Amino acid sequence: MTDTFEEKRKDSVGREGTTIGLFFIRLLLNMGGGCGGDSSEEVAVDLGYEPHVLAVDDNLIDRKLVEKLLKNSSCKVTTAENALRALDYLGLGNDTPEGTASKVNLIITDYCMPGMTGYELLKKIKESSVLKEVPVVIMSSENIPTRINECLEEGAKMFMLKPLKQSDVKQLKWNFMKCRD
Amino acid sequence: MEVVQIQRRLVDYTKSLFMEGFLDGQFLQLQQLQDESNPDFVVEVVSLFFDDSEKLLNELTIALDQPNVDFKKVDGHVHQLKGSSSSIGAQRVKNVCIAFRNFCEVQNIEGCLTCLQQVKQEYYLVKNKLETLFRLEQQIVASGGSIPMIEMGF
Repeated sequence: MTDTFEEKRKDSVGREGTTIGLFFIRLLLNMGGGCGGDSSEEVAVDLGYEPHVLAVDDNLIDRKLVEKLLKNSSCKVTTAENALRALDYLGLGNDTPEGTASKVNLIITDYCMPGMTGYELLKKIKESSVLKEVPVVIMSSENIPTRINECLEEGAKMFMLKPLKQSDVKQLKWNFMKCRD
Repeated sequence: MEVVQIQRRLVDYTKSLFMEGFLDGQFLQLQQLQDESNPDFVVEVVSLFFDDSEKLLNELTIALDQPNVDFKKVDGHVHQLKGSSSSIGAQRVKNVCIAFRNFCEVQNIEGCLTCLQQVKQEYYLVKNKLETLFRLEQQIVASGGSIPMIEMGF
């Protein structure tokens, strides 16, 4: 049933129409509409809860990899190629049109990105009253203790070393994506 | 040639790539991610890696050819290449990138130029190896066989 409405698919930031559409689909499903006779409670369970993850990374190969890892763990994935686009998608950007902020269950971001770093993105998210409860995970190819501490102190839930593996994503799902908002 | 023989060849060839350090465990991770919903995942990602790397190698050649080398810029490109190669399991390319970054940090132009040469060499070697690997896979599939899963000892 979920496949009809919420196919696992990739959204590239910039396709504004789709995010509004998905919001309404979620709303309909939550109201128990259009699900062939299931009660709304059964619908919630049958949804098998596909967490929505926003993955931010300037490296194309890494974006593709993290997207596949997350999709293989039954997550809905949106990718962004830099922090500004991520902020825009989340509704925190300067250019975000009214009412198009997207709800995500987890944000996973690379640390080293041109322009705004993952750390700066983390700070912006934590400063937002709307988004500060969303768990943020930082990834980096470099194992630098000061960097790790800095991110954890700023509120990152976890710091992961790249390249990511399937076991890393399973861990993420277990820790941060069990519960609905 | 019999499918079984090509399959045998593929297994042996893949194992040799691991033994010789061209590929590491991350490549296996990629293979494990491939499934019916995305049967060409590995080829797609590796193709992206090829395109991306060739662009980066060009940029690096240009950047190191300048009268006043911008080492930060060079390091930025090497960082990208290191990341991509690490993500697909191209171990030898990644290792040269590590040395390369060290030379960038101390602004050693000779060291950088040597590394550029080395990284190009390693890149074209692994590209060649992976293309051979994919060709063997194609031959198997074309003959109606299935790609054998590689069991690695580590």
